[in-house]
Amino acid sequence: MNSPDTGIATTTTTPGTDASTAAAALALGDDALILSHRLGEWAGHAPVLEEEVALANIALDLLGQARVLLSMAGDEDELAYLREERSFRNLQLVEQPNGDFAHTIARQLYFSLHQHELYGELAAGDGPFAPLAAKAVKETAYHRDHAEQWTLRLGDGTEESRRRMRTALDGLWKYTGELFRPVEGLGLDQETMTALETRWLAALGGVLERAGLTLPEGSRTGAWAAGAGREGLHTESFGRLLAEMQHLHRSHPGASW
Amino acid sequence: MTRNWPLWEVFVRSRRGLSHTHAGSLHAPDAEMALRNARDLYTRRGEGISIWVVPSTEIVASSPDERDPFFEPSADKPYRHPTFYEIPEGVRHL
Repeated sequence: MNSPDTGIATTTTTPGTDASTAAAALALGDDALILSHRLGEWAGHAPVLEEEVALANIALDLLGQARVLLSMAGDEDELAYLREERSFRNLQLVEQPNGDFAHTIARQLYFSLHQHELYGELAAGDGPFAPLAAKAVKETAYHRDHAEQWTLRLGDGTEESRRRMRTALDGLWKYTGELFRPVEGLGLDQETMTALETRWLAALGGVLERAGLTLPEGSRTGAWAAGAGREGLHTESFGRLLAEMQHLHRSHPGASW
Repeated sequence: MTRNWPLWEVFVRSRRGLSHTHAGSLHAPDAEMALRNARDLYTRRGEGISIWVVPSTEIVASSPDERDPFFEPSADKPYRHPTFYEIPEGVRHL
């Protein structure tokens, strides 16, 4: 958190990182940080012990990505714990509450399919995110696989599990439009993002078909302020998430641990 | 729980290992999920490069009650033990 020599919190970005790269690092870092926090909420509450370990593993992978990305944008602890809701740049999708297990899996499916495509694209380039993406793309492949496996089992399980998976996919659908907006500083233009979206829809459609489900219908930017997470406009439950996440740091500012 | 989430035994071959070694067990609804759970539980720190999972019900174990007839080494019958030769130099893993 604070620089050990002065004890004074700094807000400067990491040397060598320009402002637009820092902005993109913040957006991707916030995605990983917030989804990691949501998955961490499952600790002790997952349906079975093995699934608990799997969710925790994914959360830890994401937290690792968040640390690298936020460190590109500045001081990771300061950025995580001392920003207000309006300063967070994460997608609205990742801040959505866990809900039941199907909701968590639907959110994970939407996000990890997207993140895997995105990091694949970044890893293939030579931008500032290529090294991180090359490492993270192996993790996201596993996250995607995990979400797909559970989508198949819930979709093709019992009447009840299919109903819940259907409800979860429909409920989160409106947050998926935002995934394919260009991110400032990321170096991927609208055309590339549209190509990612096409691949995402194809991959998602394939999984859902195998699960005996279909793509949800309806608008993907329908709700109030939908698609504005990148601009700092968040949904209702996000403030409560931050209150819990930041409580200790704000209670004891300047402490080191 | 036991019916839908049966027990699986996990065998892991380590990165430089020659054979799969029993690493532990876990519950999973099917083989695919068992593999993934085993990956999480037993190979997270790069311990292994190959995993086998076997439903516990498929494993037949020797009975402790029959230990003597099963494993008695017949030490008084030296002709049963192929030990009357020198191992040539350079032979490993024997």
